Amino acid sequence: MKLTRREILGSAGAALLAPNFAFEARADELPKGGTMVMMSTQVPRHLNPAVQSGIATAVPGTQIFASPLRYDADWKPHPYLAESWKVADDGLSVTLNLVKNAKFHDGKPVTSDDVKFSIETIKAHHPFKTMFEPVSSVETPDEHTATIRLAHPHPALLLCLSGALCPILPKHVFGDGQDIVNHPANSKPVGSGPFKLSEFKAGEQIVLERNPDFFIKGRPYLDKIVIRINPDLNSVVLATENGQADFLPFLAESQYITRLQKTGRVGVTDKGYAAVGPINWLAFNTAKPPLDNKAVRQAIGYAIDRNFITKALLRGIAKPQRSPIIESSPFFNPKIPSYALDLNKANAMLDAAGHKKGPDGMRFKLTVDYIPGGGEEQEGIAQYLKSQLKKAGIDIEVRPSPDFPTWAKRISNYDFDMTMDEVYNWGDPVIGVHRTYLSSNIRKGVIWSNTQQYRNPKVDDLLNKAAVEKDPVARKKLYDEFQMIVGDDLPIYWINALPYHTIYNKRLGNIPESIWGSMQSMDEVYWKKS
Amino acid sequence: MGLTAYIARRLIYGVILLIGVLVLNFFLIHAAPGDPAETIAGAMGGATAEMLSHIRAAYGLDKPLLTQLAIYLGRVAHGDLGMSYYFNQPVIGLIAARIGPTILLVFAAQVISITAGVVMGVFAARKPSGPLSAAITVLSTIGYAAPVFWTGIMLVILFASIIPIFPVDGMTSARFSGGAIAHVGDVLYHLALPATTLAIVFLAQYSRLSRASMIDVLGADYVRTARAKGVSESKVVFKHALRNAVLPIITVAGIQFGNLISGALLVESVFNWPGMGRLAFDSVLRRDYPTLLGILFFAALMVVIANLLTDLSYRLADPRIRTGGR
Repeated sequence: MKLTRREILGSAGAALLAPNFAFEARADELPKGGTMVMMSTQVPRHLNPAVQSGIATAVPGTQIFASPLRYDADWKPHPYLAESWKVADDGLSVTLNLVKNAKFHDGKPVTSDDVKFSIETIKAHHPFKTMFEPVSSVETPDEHTATIRLAHPHPALLLCLSGALCPILPKHVFGDGQDIVNHPANSKPVGSGPFKLSEFKAGEQIVLERNPDFFIKGRPYLDKIVIRINPDLNSVVLATENGQADFLPFLAESQYITRLQKTGRVGVTDKGYAAVGPINWLAFNTAKPPLDNKAVRQAIGYAIDRNFITKALLRGIAKPQRSPIIESSPFFNPKIPSYALDLNKANAMLDAAGHKKGPDGMRFKLTVDYIPGGGEEQEGIAQYLKSQLKKAGIDIEVRPSPDFPTWAKRISNYDFDMTMDEVYNWGDPVIGVHRTYLSSNIRKGVIWSNTQQYRNPKVDDLLNKAAVEKDPVARKKLYDEFQMIVGDDLPIYWINALPYHTIYNKRLGNIPESIWGSMQSMDEVYWKKS
Repeated sequence: MGLTAYIARRLIYGVILLIGVLVLNFFLIHAAPGDPAETIAGAMGGATAEMLSHIRAAYGLDKPLLTQLAIYLGRVAHGDLGMSYYFNQPVIGLIAARIGPTILLVFAAQVISITAGVVMGVFAARKPSGPLSAAITVLSTIGYAAPVFWTGIMLVILFASIIPIFPVDGMTSARFSGGAIAHVGDVLYHLALPATTLAIVFLAQYSRLSRASMIDVLGADYVRTARAKGVSESKVVFKHALRNAVLPIITVAGIQFGNLISGALLVESVFNWPGMGRLAFDSVLRRDYPTLLGILFFAALMVVIANLLTDLSYRLADPRIRTGGR
């Protein structure tokens, strides 16, 4: 995507002037009613995205709760609970003007107090600390105006006010003094979104019903969304194929995707995942010899064939990824080195680093871990690395973990050489990228922190500057330089973007294709007349 | 011994057994690597160190193991199985919502396997070396030898993919709307594949057992006498012989109950049957100790009750046991 100043900032001003087209047009033309059955392999703990990250909570959570803004497929913000907003010229405050007719599902109005309460709650309890860390206070001059004051400019803020990142909670329900992380209302939430919760059977089924008092007139089109939870991917795909279900988001296994594309019985799209930015990668323990040597990591990079992985192992479904920033993001720098396959170079670099081949043709031994249950992109690629890196004289032992907690414990306590991992960008680099590379985020025992123990003062400096840079072009330059440095240091060898696809009944219209996809209100989805 | 004293003694044994199950399972599950806080952090997409310690403190995971055990046993004694670490809901509620489907599945599978098994066994026994007998033996042995999840997957491929006539997901249709009778039909429709899968494993046991038992009984003197009296063949087989041949089947049915529950665990996972088995499987992976301990406790309870009922029905079927003279 070519980058303009307007696209990066999401252009608060332009959106202010833009007519509220997305919400007014066509409202009367599209057919209403019907039930959409959705399948999910992930099991949500509860339905409150304010204190719980992850897809499983985000999908139902964004139907129940509305957020101040929402984004389209081109990274542009649009009005949602905020009918307009203004970023101050000094970048130190953002004022939200709320719609006047929004009500929670219990009939109470949505006010600026609820916005203040929600942002403070998320700041205190959401695992993504960087989202609202710069927020010093939220002022509420009147019922429908909230001003977010910032300690320093925070260009990622508008994105943090959208989708599952900023559900507006009713203060009168969640602010009763109980511990919000374990609040009983997390499992029977009251929001102001297009659908109300009518049933939540933990680990089984979520039933959402149309909110007749939704603040956008005429929406949503569907009467009901049923989310069936089934951890077995095979039957989930079959059920969608057979018409038992209509909608299956976040399918990443290439064997199913290629098959479903061929049969043509259901719709298949890869749109709707730009902001998730899911990257599959090989991480190095940069504190442990011989991987503490940059040349060894680079040599491994040259010995791996990224094209073979994406084209053959992942059946051409996955896109190659060579940067810490997802290649579909406006911040991606295409100049970052790609480490195209070159086994001679890899061998020469390892020789030069003092790791001569032994009599058995091997230089040294390394283990590679993977997330259990992660399928072909985790275990499959780990097995490929074993045979491939042998060609560079590296003896690889693929080390399985029986389950997620075991893997997480090993990696977060630095008990590993290399590991396959999947980490999400979550829209803005400040949210999902910085955590992996900042030396201040080396936190033992915490998974998805900087478990590579990568330290580079220049990178720390660039990221800290980029977090507060108001000027989108200057910010993009900082990220460009950051990518060139980590591309050279190679604490991680990025392999591919997870090929998330949505499988859907072809009679469904307006399949969510925004940057947040099904992690944003699905009030526009409808059943076409048969 | 009188029936009351007998039942009382069995109940005391049962309680001791259940306490043993609780303690043993508690140590077993804590011996597994990884802690629940990390699973929750994983589901959250990462967490800070402060959040991890908050989670550990909230669930008492920072206390010594023996203290945790004492607290847990104390709670169970008061009828409280604790809160699920993962769902943050009372374990008893999670189990209550799932015990019904599991009992339905296990019961349906038991009925199918005993009925079909006994019928097959009886037919096989009438001509023990005939081709029908051989076919029944081979088929039921294959069903017994095949892993239950494999059988399930094969049935899914056959009846949900190649000939898509049965549903693969859940106990009811997500789009279901209709009255009570239609609802029962919907559940039975969803029950067909999982119950058959589970029944196939146990079919061999009952058919082989009833075949052997019937061959034995059909050679007995009183059968010859009955035939000599001119009693019709079907009456000889089903009235005179089967009643006597059925005793070992009752015994095995009771013993198999525990195996049925563990088989149901796998079948439920394949068919997304909303029972305790699937919850148990997921709870292991999530290190959701209270939920898992609660399920194992209920599973043990069900087995203890089933064994008690078996012994009682044995007394009903065989007067010799009832009177204590053997």
